[in-house]
Amino acid sequence: MDQVWFYIFAAITIVASLGVIGQRNPMHSVMLLIVSFGGLAGLYILLDAPFTAVTQIIIYAGAIMVLFLFVVMLLNAHTEDEDIPAALGPHALKAGVLLSLLLAVQVAWALTRVPETGFTNDPGTVSAIKSVAQIGSQLFTTHSFAFEVTSILILVAMVGAVVIAGKPREER
Amino acid sequence: MITLNEYLILSGVLFSIGTAGVFLRRNLITMLLSIEIMLNAVNLSFVAGGRYHGSVDGQIITFFVMTVAAAEAAVGLALVIALFRHKETLSPDAYTTLKW
Repeated sequence: MDQVWFYIFAAITIVASLGVIGQRNPMHSVMLLIVSFGGLAGLYILLDAPFTAVTQIIIYAGAIMVLFLFVVMLLNAHTEDEDIPAALGPHALKAGVLLSLLLAVQVAWALTRVPETGFTNDPGTVSAIKSVAQIGSQLFTTHSFAFEVTSILILVAMVGAVVIAGKPREER
Repeated sequence: MITLNEYLILSGVLFSIGTAGVFLRRNLITMLLSIEIMLNAVNLSFVAGGRYHGSVDGQIITFFVMTVAAAEAAVGLALVIALFRHKETLSPDAYTTLKW
């Protein structure tokens, strides 16, 4: 049963991600990326990580994607220039597709050579991974320094975004 | 039975889709979205690896990656807005002033 769900969610994620890079309209790209994140959240649930799945939906699909949508609507740029600049040469697009396919094939090939490693089904381990209390205590003890640094990062990013996107000084 | 390998291959394919987006698209917003796809591909391999090792560290680093993604999105989109104010276009080919 898990196998069926894995392939369903994997298909949703891959098709939606391909849609993201295939759409001309950025608005559709953002919407498809939200669908892709939904598929990933399903995969996290299959991996016994329900808290991460919920965070994925709330933070990623809920907050970060709204930020993207907000900017797409603000800039009102619904199309992309079709013409490829002459400096790139006539085969630029084909070469890019080829290189990306090459990367995908290489990564998949390398990973298929790794011996099959199944997941443990020990109920104790599974319930420890699922536990939000376990995640919380680990986050605030072992990883407390990284957690604090993260808050500084957010502060710097916030100030930086305001400074960069704010109006130039003379116009104020 | 689904093994760690399937998740890692899925993660690798998603990462490749993300790089393809950065290579092929000429729209700054779609390029940022492609970076988000790549970050999520890495997140998936972290969670799968954590599940394999039976520890919550994989999920915890996912939260840090999400935070970095949020910071990156905020600063990146601020840059996009500032650039759009200059030239009224989202094509990265238009911003070559720093090129020698």
